[in-house]
Amino acid sequence: MKQGVIPDDLTRPFWEAANEERLVIQNCRDCDRLQHPPAPVCGKCGSDAALEWKQMSGRGRIYHYGVVHDCPIRLLQDDQPFNCAVINLDEDPGIQMYSHLPGTPVDEVPVGAAVELVFETAANGQKVPEWRVVGDS
Amino acid sequence: MSTPNAPQSMYRAREGLGVWEHRGQVAAVGIGHGPTSRRWDGKADTSVGAISLLALRKAIEDAGVNPADIDGLVMDERTTTGAFWPRDQELPWDVINAYNRTDAPLDGITQLSAEWILKNMPELAGVQFTMYAPVCMSNAIVVAAQAIGEGRAHTCLVLKAWHNLPGRYYQSGPNADDAIPGTAAMRSLWGAPACYGTAIQFAEYCRKYGKNHDMMAPFISNSRRNGLKFPEGYWAQHRPEEITPEDYKAARWIAKPANLFDNDIPIMCSAAYLFTTAERAQHLKRKPVYILGHASSRGQARSFVPTLDEVEAECASSGRKLLEAAGITVDDVSFENLYDGFPQFHQFHMEGLRYRGIQPGEALDFYQTDISIGGPNPVSPSGGNIGSGRSRFWMHTDCIQQIQRRAGERQVTGVEPVIGVSGGPMPTGGNFTCWSATGDY
Repeated sequence: MKQGVIPDDLTRPFWEAANEERLVIQNCRDCDRLQHPPAPVCGKCGSDAALEWKQMSGRGRIYHYGVVHDCPIRLLQDDQPFNCAVINLDEDPGIQMYSHLPGTPVDEVPVGAAVELVFETAANGQKVPEWRVVGDS
Repeated sequence: MSTPNAPQSMYRAREGLGVWEHRGQVAAVGIGHGPTSRRWDGKADTSVGAISLLALRKAIEDAGVNPADIDGLVMDERTTTGAFWPRDQELPWDVINAYNRTDAPLDGITQLSAEWILKNMPELAGVQFTMYAPVCMSNAIVVAAQAIGEGRAHTCLVLKAWHNLPGRYYQSGPNADDAIPGTAAMRSLWGAPACYGTAIQFAEYCRKYGKNHDMMAPFISNSRRNGLKFPEGYWAQHRPEEITPEDYKAARWIAKPANLFDNDIPIMCSAAYLFTTAERAQHLKRKPVYILGHASSRGQARSFVPTLDEVEAECASSGRKLLEAAGITVDDVSFENLYDGFPQFHQFHMEGLRYRGIQPGEALDFYQTDISIGGPNPVSPSGGNIGSGRSRFWMHTDCIQQIQRRAGERQVTGVEPVIGVSGGPMPTGGNFTCWSATGDY
């Protein structure tokens, strides 16, 4: 079970969108550049004036993965071992998200495979973006 | 005395800056280490402050300098290995009151300020320059060298210490909570341990170059073998255990493809060096080890985990910067002591430097050759963090000792120890130093 999330000022739009089962990523209009994790200013131009939240398609690919056997997060320790993959978004492969790849057997991760967005519910009811290999049911 | 953080201008983080303007004008002349332990036992004489006072006094004695002649102190105020004082635990007032305290009660226990050091070392009455250089000794060395070069101090102590408390690494605090703030949740919800990012880079490295995890075994065995010859280190002092290739391959996974031995062990430790000008160094009892140049990496990953491409580009840049600053070529380097905690990125540092001419993707094959201290291509003669526990300073101590020819059983014999390089920690963020037997190499 994932820990609950307490949205803070910086990340509230991300988590509110997740509760609506939408994925939004911070974007600088001036630079036309996505950034994730979110930050108070654009990592390229340093300005906060043109930061917005942009909805993503929910498509990506698996960059690579590890199998976590010794997790520091108490609430996840009962789930060990589990996959932990890095997903590159189709809109911009430089933007990464983590995933447990629900539905994919442990250590049988197809590196490079297409994935699609799904949502899981964390310990306090907050919905959290997750990713499932396309074609897995 | 208020102690500032070093300004970024003291770090040489860009290519094209040329030879370091103070090349060969700063020298290391003293080394001191406090005793190591796995975790703090709660006693006043084993606190991080106490072992740091020991390390500092040993460095001063080693150099044969009158403490009153010391005018600088560069250090890192942060000492945590990932252990924090429990929120509900009473403060250890007996330990706090055993020393001259500052306004921060846990100063000397879970942090270490320059003010605390100076309050408890009255012999350092001449110190007029203090500066913090977070995050590790690699930063402090660079800043102290730059400070002496710029004339901010002429005889400067350089200190880095680490504390570790009872309990498992990173298992307390927010990681044990039922809910966490949204910013931290972006990473933490997926439970990746500290070695995860490096494991991902290593996995991609193996995929790209057709290598495998078992090929790390000779490096790990060599590192521990060297570390067991480091009397100042944790494993030599407490658990003299080799790691055979079979041990390595059979170790339990932490975040596959990173296993137990792909992680270093958090410990309590402290080290201090004494730096001075090349001119003053000539008159001291130890053979000076000169700094030819230093360089820093300030790579910015685009997202959460630096990709292999980002890592390789940054390490190559760091290698070029260091050689440029030192005014040498890689063929001049006698041995390397680049960082290994995590060992799965040691090859990125080595390949970035092009140590012994190796190119990206070749280091794991290099590990299958003679990389021992007796061979022509010594790799990590210090043994690094795998050899002696997490300090991030064994590599620097070893460079100085090798060049002074007082590395004891670790002394390299297959090469002339004329120039050594050390530094880290991370491939995309670190500080690197080139050490030399002569100031005018």
